Amino acid sequence: MNAILHAYEVTKEEDMVEPLDYNRRSRMKNFDKCFKAEITNIIRLTEMEKLFQLRMINEDDKNRFTFLPGQFVMLELPGYGEVPISISCSPSIKSIIELCIRKAGKVTEALHKAKRGAVVGIRGPFGTHFPMEKMKKNNVLLIAGGLGLAPLRAPMTYVIENRADFKDVHIFYGAKDPTQLLFDYQYEQWHRIDDINLQIIVEKPDELWTGPVGLITKLLDDIAIDPDKTYAIVCGPPVMFKFVCNRLKDMGVPMQRMFVSLERRMHCGMGKCCRCNIGSTYTCLDGPVFDYWSVMNLKEAI
Amino acid sequence: MIFKTIVKEDLKKLFNVHLKDVECVGPKQVATSNDGKAVYQFLPFESFDEINLNHEKTEYSAKTYFLPFRETLSTFNFKNGDWDQEIKYRKQQRVLVGLHPCDINALVKLDKVFAKDLFPSPYYRSRRENTFVIGIDCDKPCTDGFCASVGADVVTHGFDLFLRDIGDKYFVKVGSDRGLNVLNKISPTDISPEERKSYRKKTKEFLAGFKNTIRVENLPNTLDIEFESPVWKKWGDKCLSCGSCAMVCPTCYCYGVSEQISMDFKKSEKVKQLYSCNLLDFAMVAGAHNFRPARETRLKYRYYHQHRGFVESFGEPKCVGCNRCGRACLANINPVDVISDLQMEL
Ligand SMILES: Cc1cc2nc3c(=O)[nH]c(=O)nc-3n(C[C@H](O)[C@H](O)[C@H](O)COP(=O)(O)OP(=O)(O)OC[C@H]3O[C@@H](n4cnc5c(N)ncnc54)[C@H](O)[C@@H]3O)c2cc1C
Ligand code: SF4
Ligand code: SF4
Ligand code: FES
Repeated sequence: MNAILHAYEVTKEEDMVEPLDYNRRSRMKNFDKCFKAEITNIIRLTEMEKLFQLRMINEDDKNRFTFLPGQFVMLELPGYGEVPISISCSPSIKSIIELCIRKAGKVTEALHKAKRGAVVGIRGPFGTHFPMEKMKKNNVLLIAGGLGLAPLRAPMTYVIENRADFKDVHIFYGAKDPTQLLFDYQYEQWHRIDDINLQIIVEKPDELWTGPVGLITKLLDDIAIDPDKTYAIVCGPPVMFKFVCNRLKDMGVPMQRMFVSLERRMHCGMGKCCRCNIGSTYTCLDGPVFDYWSVMNLKEAI
Repeated sequence: MIFKTIVKEDLKKLFNVHLKDVECVGPKQVATSNDGKAVYQFLPFESFDEINLNHEKTEYSAKTYFLPFRETLSTFNFKNGDWDQEIKYRKQQRVLVGLHPCDINALVKLDKVFAKDLFPSPYYRSRRENTFVIGIDCDKPCTDGFCASVGADVVTHGFDLFLRDIGDKYFVKVGSDRGLNVLNKISPTDISPEERKSYRKKTKEFLAGFKNTIRVENLPNTLDIEFESPVWKKWGDKCLSCGSCAMVCPTCYCYGVSEQISMDFKKSEKVKQLYSCNLLDFAMVAGAHNFRPARETRLKYRYYHQHRGFVESFGEPKCVGCNRCGRACLANINPVDVISDLQMEL
């Protein structure tokens, strides 16, 4: 019998034959396909965190993969699973992607056991980004607590690379104790950059610690800012960014000029699985970067 | 839109002769309930006599044919420390018959999320385009549905053919080019003025028959204002967090993804499985932190997505008023009671 219905081949759709590009969100694509990437270096940061340097295996993928500071990727470890991880490096360097990952559960533990040369998958980039263009010609406060330095590192490297475009730059970083400080081997380098105010504070110092002691908000005591000409990026756990942002608000910085990055459970990164919802907001599409005003207006508790 | 009529016998011929080689799915009686009512489900059938287009409603929705409970997204094949990823989309033809207005409106809503919005899904698109949908109007409102309150009692698109029983004939709305092609196999006739009248009369009777209603005007706003209402605790305390409501719901689509390694370690499948926001670990993250630990926060979230979040995204509620969730719920939680309760909270 001649076919009464005709088969439809989704793979032959015009959109689908285009090369994979996650930045073109309205295009239909093989959205479960990952870019293959090789782990080229693993840098141990603390007991719990490692920095993974990845390189796309395919040259075309490498050229097509562009991101903005604040965006994240879904990192696939075949056989174990997929996890959302912020991109923790400069968007201008094409050859490597850096991800700073804490050992937290099934997938991340397996990753911590992975060796140089292992091949992982990357989908993305996904989500919103910090408005670096808008921040130019202003003072910037880059503030991180704990693992918050991982997402902060992308806008931070951006600011350092484009230092001339910004006015005063303050980088504040706080951790529980000195053993938890991430990227300590880079502080010396950041310190030496002319005209960047880098301050690191710990809550519980050890015998060797000579820096400031206390909560991160303490570092704000010593600076004078012009609230009309200041933007802030605050990355860290919710208790931390709430304290810092409220403090900045008291100093006169408008809530819409403070940016934070939120974390929720994620299984797709594309507004489909609903796992990342906060009220009716999709953390993967409308976030993870939100201005503080939007965060305060989210329906569910943060 | 093109309107036609067909003789009822001819519909049977369409399935038993012309669509004989295609997988056909329709409302089949699977059991009889304690109070003597027929229980229906959308299931594959061989002969048209196995299904009943006068069914009141199926217990599960037809979404499983578009968003299956379990679906492999991709397969990783391991070889010498390396891997390749294999992705397949389902492309077998299928005919789905007997969908009511609520079911089709549910598909139209799923289309918005999966076929049109950001990141359109090839998994969904492939299934949707390869499914020929024949809907049918309800003769009278079902006992517990409230589709009319949420604007899901009438369909205008989202189907290939849509029938209404007008006595010895079906009045047919043709919704697509392929719909017309298929219909032409059984020589449809143009509608006569009497048939048009009888169609409109039947439709009017149907719309006038609704008893169950909820007031949805201003509901998104009410939900916002009553976010902390004790009503949520009251209903949340009854909820068993079983997730049945989302499983049977024609528009609930949230899911989880996990990986399953084969016994010989040669491959791993990345499997998507439908989930429910009522389940305990829906919003749980590493370190066992749970963003919605309390039952009422999860129950509330589900209502919130149906009647507030979806309205924000697409200008209409996600719920089509079929009350399948209410029927499936062992704790007797149903949208009409919960929403009325909330509307009355003053
Ligand atoms: C936007 C975003 C950026 C992130 N950036 C970083 C980063 O730069 N560095 C870092 O170390 N961690 C980051 N995380 C947290 C990281 O995703 C979780 O630690 C990780 O998912 C834990 O997975 P697991 O399998 O090891 O843990 P398990 O507890 O075994 O988790 C099982 C599954 O639950 C889900 N899940 C668990 N916790 C989270 C979580 N916090 N967020 C989302 N999904 C979760 C995942 O799907 C995971 O596969 C980020 C999370 C988000 C949402
Ligand atoms: S079916 Fe009823 S008891 Fe089960 S999760 Fe839904 S509302 Fe709760
Ligand atoms: S929420 Fe309940 S009434 Fe509404 S569409 Fe889903 S199952 Fe039907
Ligand atoms: S991660 Fe799936 S909807 Fe946001």
